[in-house]
Amino acid sequence: MARSRGLVGESLLGMSKASSRPPNTSSLGRYLLILFLVVIGGIYAAPNLYQPDPALQIKSTNQANPLDQSVVDRVVAELRSQGITVIGSEVIGNAALIRVDTDENQLRARDLAAAVLNPESDGRYVVALHRASTTPQWLRDVGGKPMSLGLDLSGGVHFLLQVDMEKFLGDRMRNNAEAIRDLLVDNRIRYVGREWVVGQQLNIGFQSEQARDAAREVISTTYDDFRILERPVDNRPGLRLSLRDAKIRELEGFAIAQNLQSLRKRVNELGVSEPLVQRLGRSRIVLDLPGVQDSARAKEIINKFANLEFRLVALPNVRPSQTEILEYEGAPVVLEIKNIVTGDQVTNAIQEYDPDSGMPQVSITLDNDGGRAMNEVTKAHIGDSMAILYKELKVRSRTVIEDGEEVLKPYTVEERRLINVATIQSALGFRFRITGLELGEARDLALLLRAGALAAPMYIVEERTVGASLGKENIDKGSQSIAIGFALVLIFMLIYYKWFGFAANIALTVNLVLLVAVMSVLGATLTLPGIAGIVLTVGMAVDANVLIFERIREELKQRSPQQAISAGFDRALLTILDANITTFFVAIILLSIGSGPVKGFAVTLAVGIVTSMFTAILGTRALVNLMYGGRTLERLAI
Amino acid sequence: MNFPELHIDFMSKRKISAAISGSLVLLSLIAMSVVGLNLGLDFTGGTLVEVEFADPVGPSEVRQLLDENGFANGIVQYFGTERDLLIRMPPQNDTAQANLGDQILATLRSQYPDVVMRQSNYVGPAVGEELTEDGGLALLAALFVVMLYILFRFTKHFSVGAVVALIHDVLIVLGIFAVTQWTFDLSVLAALLAVIGYSLNDTIVVSDRIRENFRKIRKATPVAVINTSLNQTLSRTLVTSMTTLFVLVALLIAGGEMIRGFAMALTIGVVVGTYSSIYIAANMLLFLNISREDLLIPAKENPDSAVP
Repeated sequence: MARSRGLVGESLLGMSKASSRPPNTSSLGRYLLILFLVVIGGIYAAPNLYQPDPALQIKSTNQANPLDQSVVDRVVAELRSQGITVIGSEVIGNAALIRVDTDENQLRARDLAAAVLNPESDGRYVVALHRASTTPQWLRDVGGKPMSLGLDLSGGVHFLLQVDMEKFLGDRMRNNAEAIRDLLVDNRIRYVGREWVVGQQLNIGFQSEQARDAAREVISTTYDDFRILERPVDNRPGLRLSLRDAKIRELEGFAIAQNLQSLRKRVNELGVSEPLVQRLGRSRIVLDLPGVQDSARAKEIINKFANLEFRLVALPNVRPSQTEILEYEGAPVVLEIKNIVTGDQVTNAIQEYDPDSGMPQVSITLDNDGGRAMNEVTKAHIGDSMAILYKELKVRSRTVIEDGEEVLKPYTVEERRLINVATIQSALGFRFRITGLELGEARDLALLLRAGALAAPMYIVEERTVGASLGKENIDKGSQSIAIGFALVLIFMLIYYKWFGFAANIALTVNLVLLVAVMSVLGATLTLPGIAGIVLTVGMAVDANVLIFERIREELKQRSPQQAISAGFDRALLTILDANITTFFVAIILLSIGSGPVKGFAVTLAVGIVTSMFTAILGTRALVNLMYGGRTLERLAI
Repeated sequence: MNFPELHIDFMSKRKISAAISGSLVLLSLIAMSVVGLNLGLDFTGGTLVEVEFADPVGPSEVRQLLDENGFANGIVQYFGTERDLLIRMPPQNDTAQANLGDQILATLRSQYPDVVMRQSNYVGPAVGEELTEDGGLALLAALFVVMLYILFRFTKHFSVGAVVALIHDVLIVLGIFAVTQWTFDLSVLAALLAVIGYSLNDTIVVSDRIRENFRKIRKATPVAVINTSLNQTLSRTLVTSMTTLFVLVALLIAGGEMIRGFAMALTIGVVVGTYSSIYIAANMLLFLNISREDLLIPAKENPDSAVP
């Protein structure tokens, strides 16, 4: 007996430290603590039981079109008249939610609602498919929320976009070249040649070494962003300017932030209710659009890099170096290189129809600076002509030899087209209309101007689209696999370990609940590989119990039942810890390299290991203690 | 239900098992270098479209339709049912390859208006290359971390034994994927890492008992100690493998095409991993001449294993 007590006293987690208590009983506090954790787990897992309603989310793109109850009532009336059952509707802030009964009706309802709200298909309201939460308010109040479904379960499109930083930085250097040229002219420093930009560097040649040194002095005192080296240019004294790394990082950060912002707005206009737009690494952006089935349309919008420039048609007295020649309706037009304003200065753009001709047009509102510049220039040039230049960047690719291997490299080309050349009739201000575009172009241009331009062009390096039917099937198959696997394990454990198996089964069930609860609280996304991870966790989580029970069986050969139970739990503990910690490491490695499917699997694996240790060791112990603790046992059914 | 007390002389077969394992690993290496893995889209890059037709349709007619419309050298095959087809195109030397999936769908719809897009994936060549690199790196990192942890918790004998066992398992799964030409994609890679985790779990449980018995049983040869340990842990090893196989069978039956490769890799991995934790890891201990003296100083964080 003394030996038994010594052994119990050494137990690692101090499970039965109070030796005054009968063997294998725990304090009431311990039972309550475990019960408390289980109840908490149950509460946070519960939101997953409430299936979300198919719903429409309506947003206004414009303050002129407010979103109030009357708008919602109009849509609801229309839906009902078309035989769609509306479960409920509400206005929350600047968005409205209309719940319908089935997924099929949701799709029909979206088209109907869009037709009611945007009779001129001008995008005043955005109607998005949405999955409206049905989680009861009290659960939401304590922070309960269901796991979100990954694209492979909900259906949708995933894009990985590469931001073309080379092009972006090259453009920046071109702007810098302009500024430095002005600086040199202002300081009366003579330079040679005009083509300074080579990739992301500026090579500036000078007449003399004195000029070069003077330039170096003035550039380095004015700008902090360049690394300046003395390198001959065309056998003349010269300077080579390149951006400092810190500046490059800063510019990259700026480009990504601008692109993210523009993408978010564009995606909103596409009618996606819960998009994910996120930076990945130095120059990539992840874009997840749940529910989107038409990836072609999505691609058109997200990857479009279109902009406008307003320029004067050059008068004869403008120097040729300040002009360029473009074609308009078959005839050459000489334009000034300098812009009056660009699309970046547009604050709002709406596609409309010209009331007289019925042709599509875009109504544009400029910001303060843009409006002022436009007003000044046009006031001074009444009777002259102004041209509108439409610019679009398109992705091409070419094969290049890199490290002795042929690789396909995308690059961007700029397509430029004059869409309008017209005489300035009167001074223009902040608001005006432009014509000369086809309907589709006008609509997209308005959207892009509204959303703001992309700072740098992007191209798609990965796309994964999952159809709605496959998503649904994946959910069904996933839950079936869990059910079958779970049932098989439960039956086996019950037959093989009898009452102990029963305890393990309850622990396993609690484990599933806790796993779901932790994933929900962490805001993890459930994917198909994630479900596979849960299934695998079910199979492997019993391992801890198997280790304990096998050990108890062994100990039973030498000890009394109560001693065997105690020794079995204690002795198996360290083995369980060792085995699980290493598996946990592997899960963390998976998580850190993880993209997409790997990550979903790794998350459930890692969380499953933690919850299973809790339930298998502490939970089962508590149950076994409840069943056998403090009793006089002749033999043990295990 | 209970296993009878077992006294299987595992280690008497250790030469045979070593020979079997050695030749399996060798065959796997040969298969991988000669036939090669059938790498999935994740690693090769390219375009993959899965479509469902209203009626059963033959891959050859679809292939012909695609050929006629300028989508040459694609692979068209059944996917699960006779109404499901998988169309896979290699990376194109073309400008608009990100739109290839849309074009293929449009072509199919012109002939079969009812065709339903199930999934459409495009992976750029650069991304594929990165995933391959990251994947290989992850496998190595996992092995390395495992080796360090076991070195810290046990001794170098166990550490080497565990890693050799893991490499053995991974290579054999890879070998089977090479021979069968099942698609090796990201989810299979995840499964391989899970196999590492699983097999390790087994190996540690066995190692733990071997260490315990070396300290407890004073007069016995290493072979006898290892045999005893293996017999004592055998029922646990088999029961856990069994429950894991139960759920994997559930995944194979009900999980669908998208995780078949994953479930397959894990099933093979669990079977091989169970074998390797008995034979490879323990065998390596004998090969490295482990003795009682190597284990006598009890680890500080492990006081209760000194109980006689």
